[in-house]
Amino acid sequence: MQYLVSVIDATAGLATPDEMAAIDVFNDRLIADGHWVFAGGLAAPSSATVIDNRGEEPIFTDGPFLESKEYLAGFWIIDVADLDAALKLATEGSKACHRKVEVRPFQ
Amino acid sequence: MSAADVQEAITRAHREQWARVVASLARRFGDLDIAEDAAAEAFAVAVERWPADGVPPNPGGWLTSTANRRAIDRIRRESKRDDKQKEAQLLHDDDPPGPSGAIDDQRLRLIFTCCHPALAMESRVALTLRLVAGLTVPEIARALLVQETAMGQRITRAKAKIRAARIPYRVPSAEDLPARVSSVLVVLFLVFNEGYLATGPGTDPVRHDLTTEAIRLTRLTRALMPDNGEVAGLLALMLLTEARRAARVSASGELITLIEQDRRAWDTALIAEGHRLVRERLAAGAAPGRYQILAAIAAVHTSACDVRDTDWSQVVALYDQLVRLDPSPIVALNRAIAVAELDGPEVALAAIDRLDRRLAGYHAYHATRADLLRRLSRGQESRAAYDKAIELAGNTAEIAYLTRRRDQLGLLAVIDWGRHAAQPPRRADLTATGSGSAGWRLAARAGRRSHRLPPRTRPASTPRSRKSRIRGHRLPPRRASGVARRPWPGGP
Repeated sequence: MQYLVSVIDATAGLATPDEMAAIDVFNDRLIADGHWVFAGGLAAPSSATVIDNRGEEPIFTDGPFLESKEYLAGFWIIDVADLDAALKLATEGSKACHRKVEVRPFQ
Repeated sequence: MSAADVQEAITRAHREQWARVVASLARRFGDLDIAEDAAAEAFAVAVERWPADGVPPNPGGWLTSTANRRAIDRIRRESKRDDKQKEAQLLHDDDPPGPSGAIDDQRLRLIFTCCHPALAMESRVALTLRLVAGLTVPEIARALLVQETAMGQRITRAKAKIRAARIPYRVPSAEDLPARVSSVLVVLFLVFNEGYLATGPGTDPVRHDLTTEAIRLTRLTRALMPDNGEVAGLLALMLLTEARRAARVSASGELITLIEQDRRAWDTALIAEGHRLVRERLAAGAAPGRYQILAAIAAVHTSACDVRDTDWSQVVALYDQLVRLDPSPIVALNRAIAVAELDGPEVALAAIDRLDRRLAGYHAYHATRADLLRRLSRGQESRAAYDKAIELAGNTAEIAYLTRRRDQLGLLAVIDWGRHAAQPPRRADLTATGSGSAGWRLAARAGRRSHRLPPRTRPASTPRSRKSRIRGHRLPPRRASGVARRPWPGGP
């Protein structure tokens, strides 16, 4: 069962060196225990472009689809047995990156 | 067997077997929806058939096998429709299905799944009442004062999340157990508290149905986890609280505080059972958790046949222990209420005034302050605090109690004024403003007594004092008491 663990941020700051180091340790463990599927950090929301090609012409809009104080700063995709296991890893992940995280199952 | 006997057998089977049937079907078919519907159908078949066919020798076995057949029928129907969808709905369960031993009762899995911390608290309460206690959706909606359709949706959404997010159907590992048990206990305590101090203008102040249900669920949890001290503690706390139920609301629907209660109306059987549990935990010698400490406090209160025999130093010592576990302002508030009895209202007031900011929205904080201020003869401030408490309180009996207290204060407030006025008003002035109203009488008394505070008077017309007079018993000392003494956060 795969879960998306989204990292929620409200500050413009990047991860500090300490946070980066903690994230690396956490990632290594995810890989070693076989839970790692994918992970990545994202650039600031202002760098996003929204594309709507449902009409005749594609429309490009500068900026994120949702302007909000909190935004998606990065994510993990993990593979675990159930929600309890996902919550346990996400709890550690939140500590490692020092940010709130959201756990959401894939369909 | 008479129709009444059959009805009684069905009611008993529902009470005793519902959770067992749901739990065993959930385990076997891996789906809470199927388990719930099939169990409900089996009971409906029993209602139809038992009056004619007689009550089967093993009602639990009959119900489980009937529910099993119904579930299989449904799965066959649905698997023709969509195999894949059925696959996706399976509850996640590490262990192979099969008969379970005595240690791992399937009902325990059901309880832990319904009280999973990833579900909203309202959903946990609703699911537990539906799947473990067997209340119908309309019953739960009524109990929790929610629209029936909204309650139905809440339960459906919760079950959908259990499926989609794969909340496991199992008893948590030993390492996770304490945190998960406390999540279960919070749900049970919430059901109890909602019964004990019902909120909402249209409800009875004490909802016996909910307190009974909460105790029943806690007894079940205790039977399934007999070694867990906190489960025993919560059960003891509920029993020792429930024991005071008959004495807690007056005939006129007003809250009677612990200090003012007629202790002869307390339920001695429940008290004895609660005390046994507390003694059992003391004998176990393990460090107590919050429910065990709260139960011990309740045990101190219920050990005193007369309020004057209450061992307040013991109560304060137990609160000190609780503060170390849980330094929340609500615990500090409750501790201060006991401190008022031990060291006087001034010390207690100083303690709770330090909590001001964090408890400004909590009615009990203002009610406690109002009482302490009243005892310190600071009438005006006390009145303002009562006003605030009444504004924030939700329980009808508590509002009635606080309102009476505040209105009696009218007397004191005016006396304060009389005491501080340079010259007491003359009788003629008072008559002119009063013209026979209650205001006149109060003002007139203030005028007469302006030089001296009256002794603390007993409210003239509480049913409790009437009853005592009729029976010719000695009245307890009318201590200046105030809000219901809350032996734990959240309810008196």
